[in-house]
Amino acid sequence: MNVSATLIVIMAVLFACGVFAMLERSLTRVLIGFLLLGNAANLLLLIVMGVPGRAPFFDDETGGDAISDPLPQALTLTAIVITFAVSAFLLALIYRSWQLGQADTVEDDETDMTLREQAAEVDEIEDEGVEDDDEFTTDFVGLETSPITVLHHRDFDALRDDAPTDAPRKPPGDALRDRHGEDGDRS
Amino acid sequence: MNALVPLLVTLPLLGAGLTLVLVRRPRLQITISVAALAIVFVIATVLLITVDEGTPLAVSVGGWPIPFGIVLYVDRLAALLVLVSSIVLIAVLLFSVGQGAADKGEDTPVSIFYPSYLILAAGIFNAFIAGDLFNLYVGFEILLVASYVLITLGSTESRIRTGVVYIVVSLVSSILFLAAIAMIYAALGTVNMAQISERMGELPQEVQLVLHLMLLVAFSIKAAIFPLSFWLPDSYPTAPAPVTAVFAGLLTKVGVYAIIRTETQLFADNDVNLLLMIVALATMIVGILGAVAQAELKRILSFTLVSHVGYMVFGLAIGTPAAVGATIYYMVHHIVVQTTLFLAVGLIERRAGSTSILRVKGLMRAAPLIAVLYFIPAINLGGIPPLSGFIGKIALFETAASVGTPIMMVLIVGGIVTSLLTLYALMRAWNLAFWREDDEYAAETAERMSYLGNAPAAAIATERRVIPRIMTTTTAGMVAVTLALTIFAGPLLDLCMRAGESISQGVTIVQLESVQLDEEAAP
Repeated sequence: MNVSATLIVIMAVLFACGVFAMLERSLTRVLIGFLLLGNAANLLLLIVMGVPGRAPFFDDETGGDAISDPLPQALTLTAIVITFAVSAFLLALIYRSWQLGQADTVEDDETDMTLREQAAEVDEIEDEGVEDDDEFTTDFVGLETSPITVLHHRDFDALRDDAPTDAPRKPPGDALRDRHGEDGDRS
Repeated sequence: MNALVPLLVTLPLLGAGLTLVLVRRPRLQITISVAALAIVFVIATVLLITVDEGTPLAVSVGGWPIPFGIVLYVDRLAALLVLVSSIVLIAVLLFSVGQGAADKGEDTPVSIFYPSYLILAAGIFNAFIAGDLFNLYVGFEILLVASYVLITLGSTESRIRTGVVYIVVSLVSSILFLAAIAMIYAALGTVNMAQISERMGELPQEVQLVLHLMLLVAFSIKAAIFPLSFWLPDSYPTAPAPVTAVFAGLLTKVGVYAIIRTETQLFADNDVNLLLMIVALATMIVGILGAVAQAELKRILSFTLVSHVGYMVFGLAIGTPAAVGATIYYMVHHIVVQTTLFLAVGLIERRAGSTSILRVKGLMRAAPLIAVLYFIPAINLGGIPPLSGFIGKIALFETAASVGTPIMMVLIVGGIVTSLLTLYALMRAWNLAFWREDDEYAAETAERMSYLGNAPAAAIATERRVIPRIMTTTTAGMVAVTLALTIFAGPLLDLCMRAGESISQGVTIVQLESVQLDEEAAP
């Protein structure tokens, strides 16, 4: 089977860049990484299709060898649609993450943080007298050393956290009263 | 009979569409959801009886001849799993109805819960009955996208934070799976599972190994097998209780199911059993040590979930048909028990307002019913005879012992240690949360008693939330199902053994076609 070397190289580069971008903490970069990976996978499906430039449609005159395999095209189309839907969801997630914390980063797990802090405390007790190598550590122990400052709406009035939810419908009077109540709270 | 098969997927999808339209009518949404899943349950029962008596069913959707079009394939394994998951899905749905009723007034976007839940169900069923790898991929994607919505339900800060981890990890596994499919198509020119297993032997062993490992890695991420299990204990506990319950019961098992198909049908000749054994041992031990270290019930359960997936990998690593049968039984047992435990913890959370075993106490006196509902599945998971956990583990260990190599003995010992540690972790929670005296409560009661003479007692009454009866009833129903797995263990284990036998024989494209021809000739 002859395949285009260019396509293979592009696919490999896309995969590499995608993995690299996905390892970032910033969610936007993760999204870009995912898009690159998705396209790389689609390209792989396209390469699988065989010799480029042939049409998948044929009439009686064309021989079976001269046509392109249509199945990978169907697979690619499906994969593209799925990637599309998932990226839309990711974008919504990034927006929500930004709305909540003014940051689109992947945060450390809270329980992991407590465990890490406990471990750090134990280390401190054990390592008394040992030279402090905090400079070289890549862990963020405690929030104050974290390079990312996450703002929360509860700390800053200016950050709004009132994304509309589709709660069950209430009688109009009720809803009106609720809205007034909320407004009152906010002001 | 063939016409029933696509309904397993289309009914939940149809239900999802209807519930989406009826966003403002929660009661109708619930009715539709329960009805759709109940019909699936009935269909799955009929299908299980049919395929158990006769041959598997193969349906070519869209009417294309079999290796080219999309094939839905129902054998004993698929029908059994669809049946069990429909039971679990209905139970969790009813539980969430109770919870939703109790949460009324909070800003939970209940209206998108039911459509997402039904799409999740459709994805799970689609994955179980997929006859080609790409349809399996689509099934995975359907259930994953629905699970993304469910795990970030309400999009609170903590759910977004943990949801991101879950989503990104799942995306990586999906891309790997897709790439593996492309490479398998490049190597074999087909995505039909029967055809793949027919042609796989023609490939050199090294190529087979690469394809095999790619698929295994993709599925292992989904099934949460060590070292690819790191994401699970972080992301599951923050979701709402019913969502965690259904995820814990079903999503990892879909991954295990895919691994079963990979090991028995696709790569029957390509042997990675030693690798699987090591991974199984590591999953069991590391997972359960994680559970022992935790102090939060949902996290403890998430770690036991990881650990017990190890048993299923162990069963697959043994590789004999009997071992596959035992694995299937263990899978069924684990789906039901793990879901029940998560539902019970949901009840605890509601009753006590927390799931930290350091904070929750005195539940034995406060809520004896919840105590029973937690205790039975907990000792079941730990493998106390005569419950189904014990039967499943014995079946696994027996088949392993019949192989008798030293590494099997190591694995059996590992399995027993894991089982004991599971019991330890769950019973520690039991002792702390249920049997510890609630001093505050006692003090409070005493204080209230002293006030009774002169002050209105209601003023200092603590607010303990009432649990809707449907939540308790559903959990009790699931506990009854776990007991049924024990009582009917004989016939069920036989069925699982037959399922293991039949999938170990593999399917060929000729068989698929003949099955379809028979069906066409019949009417």
